[in-house]
Amino acid sequence: MSTQDFAFTPYPDLPKSHYLNVAYGLKSWLFTTDHKRIGILYLLSITFFFALGGLYATAIRLELLTPAGDMVQPDTYNRLFTMHGILMIFFFLVPSIPAVLGNFLLPLMIGAKDVAFPRLNLASWYMYIIGATFTLYALFMGGVDTGWTFYTPFSSTYSNSYVAAVAVGIFINGFSSIFTGINFMVTIHRMRAPGLTWFRLPLFVWSHYATSLIMVLGTPVLAITIVLLAMERVFKLGFFDPALGGDPVLFQHLFWFYSHPAVYIMILPSMGVISEIIAAFSRKRIFGYKFVALASMGIAVIGFIVWGHHLFVSSQSLYAGLIFSILTMLVAVPSAVKVFNWTATLYKGSIEYSTPMFYALGFLGLFAIGGLTGVMLATIGIDVHVHDTYFVVAHFHYIMVGGALMGYLGGLHYWWPKITGRMYPGFWSHLSALIIFLGFNLTFFPQFVLGYLGMPRRYHSYPEEFQVLHILSTAGASILAVGYIIPLVYFIWSLKYGEVAGDNPWDAVGLEWQTTSPPSLHNFDEIPVVDFEPYDYVEHEPVDRPYRYSRSEA
Amino acid sequence: MSEQHASEHEHGLKFYWLVLFALLVLTWVTYGAALIDFGHPWSDLVALAIAVTKATLVVSFFMHVKGATSMIKMSAVGGFFWLIILFAFVLADVLTRPGMREFF
Repeated sequence: MSTQDFAFTPYPDLPKSHYLNVAYGLKSWLFTTDHKRIGILYLLSITFFFALGGLYATAIRLELLTPAGDMVQPDTYNRLFTMHGILMIFFFLVPSIPAVLGNFLLPLMIGAKDVAFPRLNLASWYMYIIGATFTLYALFMGGVDTGWTFYTPFSSTYSNSYVAAVAVGIFINGFSSIFTGINFMVTIHRMRAPGLTWFRLPLFVWSHYATSLIMVLGTPVLAITIVLLAMERVFKLGFFDPALGGDPVLFQHLFWFYSHPAVYIMILPSMGVISEIIAAFSRKRIFGYKFVALASMGIAVIGFIVWGHHLFVSSQSLYAGLIFSILTMLVAVPSAVKVFNWTATLYKGSIEYSTPMFYALGFLGLFAIGGLTGVMLATIGIDVHVHDTYFVVAHFHYIMVGGALMGYLGGLHYWWPKITGRMYPGFWSHLSALIIFLGFNLTFFPQFVLGYLGMPRRYHSYPEEFQVLHILSTAGASILAVGYIIPLVYFIWSLKYGEVAGDNPWDAVGLEWQTTSPPSLHNFDEIPVVDFEPYDYVEHEPVDRPYRYSRSEA
Repeated sequence: MSEQHASEHEHGLKFYWLVLFALLVLTWVTYGAALIDFGHPWSDLVALAIAVTKATLVVSFFMHVKGATSMIKMSAVGGFFWLIILFAFVLADVLTRPGMREFF
């Protein structure tokens, strides 16, 4: 690999002192209270769980290559998709952008030395690790077969798998989210640099504020629900099991009160990343900045009152179903505001097809498909038809992978030079972004068709007429896996061999680019004073930066 | 924050013991009320009224919300508002299910 495909002007070297070389050794990492190092700890942890969740996905796709359930037993298949969901959602997607990029960047973006509660920040990572340990224990003992949704009374009464251990794991892990949310909210309220008013905040910060709101208000409800489930399972107290006097639909209400907004925990930070990337590589202010900022808050608030669309066929009353249907369509409004405003930002911009921009553009298309199919599913008549089919699986993967994961990877590529001080190879990063986009669509688009034709989710065998679409999906998953492995390799490679990036390789605005790469321990030598508006790009101004791709290479 | 600290200093240890005593008494009242049939829906309402009184004592004094800054008060109210959202929409389902009219 080489970075020769950049028109490169070398920088002398990394800064003499930065957060990575102020201290060495395991202890300096395990007891750090530096938000940047905690971000790195999270990066390593969630990468591990992403790989593990990916292994489960691989097994699922291999099983579905043939119509017969010939690779694993039905019960094992239940465990495969359950563990895939649990690992990917609770241990990868929810913490992904907030805990890695948010932790690293939020104080830098607001001109602060650290988050408001640095020790609470470290405690959050330990909570994550303790929760993950319980979940791994359950995994090694045989896993869980309830689906990641833990629907009762199967999970509380009948399942013969390690439900209690995973419940404890998710309960503890929830505190990691709560701690991060509290920390971000207090940090944004109290630690902004002089001059950095609310409407001068980067949209990344706005989206993290909205995300924190959900983390703080929603996660405790999940924790309580999990405790009730565990109490019913262990002590036979009747909350959800009708045989014990409980109401199983109550569990679904409580579970989705958190878990639907949790989708916005995953997608809102990603939207923040996309705003930063699109502005930087269009050389334009974000069109309708205030509307995009307030749309984040709108999504966070409206997102809390739409959960009942998961219960359209669960004996929820028709009256409640109608309310939730209308409210779900309403949440599309602030989401659409964002998409239209990003598109308007691109219009007549000096667009540069850098790797982060590849991901941002990919996000726009995939999120639009995921969002619009969400509106379809909000329509009760359609939902009843395709409920629990692959149509739903395709829809939420377009949001969670096409949206959240594309944003995470885009953000990682955008801020990697800031995090490590080094650049990754341009050719390989472009190639992997393309492979991921193609592989993703080949994996999940056939699933829309499968679902519409009637293929139910969570089945390990199926009629023969579905096989072609399943083969396409599995082939796509293989391509997707290659797309994910390539960045893993070149990011590690770049740590030693990547060219020194310089403080601001993208010539971007924003406080995080005004400090060294990697930043010093306390981020800034002097607390910056903000006397400029957000995304203060001068439109159509030629860009002078070392990593600008020449037109022929682009 | 200074207001909050002032509020903590206003109450001595004795005051907190008193609050604890009140909470214990109310726990016994909860138990006692559960043994009496007030009729539907009064039994539920009495139990809820006692629970709300206990929660108010805990939030106001043990959690120092009484006398705290406006921002902290607003955060506390926000939390309860979200709880109301949860209850209201769950009830929008439960109370409109077929057969619920007969139940009431």
